[in-house]
Amino acid sequence: MITGFLALYIFMLAAFTGYEIISRVPVILHTPLMSGSNFVHGIVLVGAMVALGHATGAVEITIGVVAVLLAAGNVAGGYVVTERMLEMFKTSKQQKPASK
Amino acid sequence: MTLPSYTTTIINAIYFIAAILFIWGLKRMSSPRTARNGIVWAGAGMAAAIIATFFLPGIHNLGWMLGAIIVGVGLSWWVGRRVPMTAMPQMVALFNGMGGGAAAAIGAVELIRLNMALAAATLVPNTYPIQPEAWAKAAAVPTLSPVEQVLAYIGVLIGAVSLTGSLIAFAKLQGWMDKRFVFPLQRWVNLVIFAAAVVCGVLALIAGLEGHAFAWGLLVAFLGLTLVFGIAMTLPIGGADMPVVISMYNAFTGLAVAFEGFVLQNEAMIIAGMVVGAAGTLLTQLMAKAMNRSLGNVLFGNFGAGGAGTQQQEIAGALKPIDAADAAVMMAYAERVAIVPGYGMAVAQAQHKVWEFARLLIERGVKVTFAIHPVAGRMPGHMNVLLAEAGVPYDLIADMDDINPQFPNIDVALVIGANDVVNPSARTDKGSPIYGMPILDVAKAKNVIVIKRGRGKGFAGIENALFYADNTRMLYGDGQAMAGELVAGLKTLDA
Repeated sequence: MITGFLALYIFMLAAFTGYEIISRVPVILHTPLMSGSNFVHGIVLVGAMVALGHATGAVEITIGVVAVLLAAGNVAGGYVVTERMLEMFKTSKQQKPASK
Repeated sequence: MTLPSYTTTIINAIYFIAAILFIWGLKRMSSPRTARNGIVWAGAGMAAAIIATFFLPGIHNLGWMLGAIIVGVGLSWWVGRRVPMTAMPQMVALFNGMGGGAAAAIGAVELIRLNMALAAATLVPNTYPIQPEAWAKAAAVPTLSPVEQVLAYIGVLIGAVSLTGSLIAFAKLQGWMDKRFVFPLQRWVNLVIFAAAVVCGVLALIAGLEGHAFAWGLLVAFLGLTLVFGIAMTLPIGGADMPVVISMYNAFTGLAVAFEGFVLQNEAMIIAGMVVGAAGTLLTQLMAKAMNRSLGNVLFGNFGAGGAGTQQQEIAGALKPIDAADAAVMMAYAERVAIVPGYGMAVAQAQHKVWEFARLLIERGVKVTFAIHPVAGRMPGHMNVLLAEAGVPYDLIADMDDINPQFPNIDVALVIGANDVVNPSARTDKGSPIYGMPILDVAKAKNVIVIKRGRGKGFAGIENALFYADNTRMLYGDGQAMAGELVAGLKTLDA
């Protein structure tokens, strides 16, 4: 059970972690990183599953299904898009010696 | 389903590992050498967390859950694989909006559950004789602590704004919604919508805190108004500012996820959401800074919203066209050529042809540099990604601060589909909406060739003095077709 100040500490530490990770990032990685963090907040799927998991009644279940559907889209889309962007960095590096 | 009690511990341990993997993955993604497997680490954490959630005690509706996951993952995976690289920014917007919507929906489910419990609890004292089953039912539904209630509402608000705002951003970048939508007193109308949403939320919240049920209409109105506010807030923002806005909504979704994670008492959600919230906020600031604008200016400064407020300097001169063969000759005999790509290159998918052309120039001994503006395209780094896709080596790519002092020594600057980021008005014309934005000093090059599809204005909707300059020649046509003609022009030189 997370309550009060414990939660506040978790919020604070996580916020600093996020801030530290992003500072000093080269511009070329801004887009992939935005996409990557877009994938990471796909963890909302876990929450959506919990919400749907204890939903009762038609309204709750309907909203819960919508939540899971959207969250699943966030996770899968976020992963594929980020992976495709980063894939290019790999190819360009492999070609680099050849093209010089 | 009934499982032994240690399952919960195992699941919590998996969530903990997942949180570590997310942070580790993001850390690796922030350096070009390790970026690629960063997403794999984060992905592994995500998969573990999702699978573990199926085994949480007391989870129902498994059929619905599995079905929704399969449909959601399947559709997104298919779309994400199929879209061209140029459409990536709007895809990020779309998937981000979905995450925000999910967070808002979680909040809605939890608030509905809360209200059901409250309604049941308030009903009981009025029933006589007291019905034990009713009491048991009321007690069985866990209610939310005051902090959890407050965060549930805030999470719904942020998540819903992120959902509809991201969808508008998606529509704008996809080209479904070209015009900025501005009308007088817009800020005040938006403020009223926001205030009304907050009032509805606060009224419902107060009822909940006092321990009695709120009217369903309040929750519906709260949800509806927040969704409308997301639209209203994003409509007046121009397409050129969308990268900043998407990044901001990305941070919003992170925050909404963290808050709803607190409501659900799920540590993995709190940590992942908060990390993204903070990282996204910093990223947003970095992007806004790259455009020399404050976030407030991006959100509320909507270019010339007041109507006739802006006066632009008259631009003297005429547009002077050139054909591809002449342009190819000009560059073939130049010493230094700078290629300045913009969104037009992305739209035309011209990066491969452009790189082919650049390679031919290099073979002829011309020194070629790619000059990238920090916000060229639709997102910072957008051009770098496209050029990397085409196989352009890193060392040929120069960023703005490196290349700007060199422009006077550059013989030909080839501008492909870039407009606002090379507009000298940003330096000289105080009346220009983009005044103060750092630009590439292309106008200082000895010769400028601009490949442009038509005579239209850039994304900011303003004239570009560069195109009228004496040393500028316009090469009208589709980026890819023109790059192809330039390649052909070079080849005939050698033949």
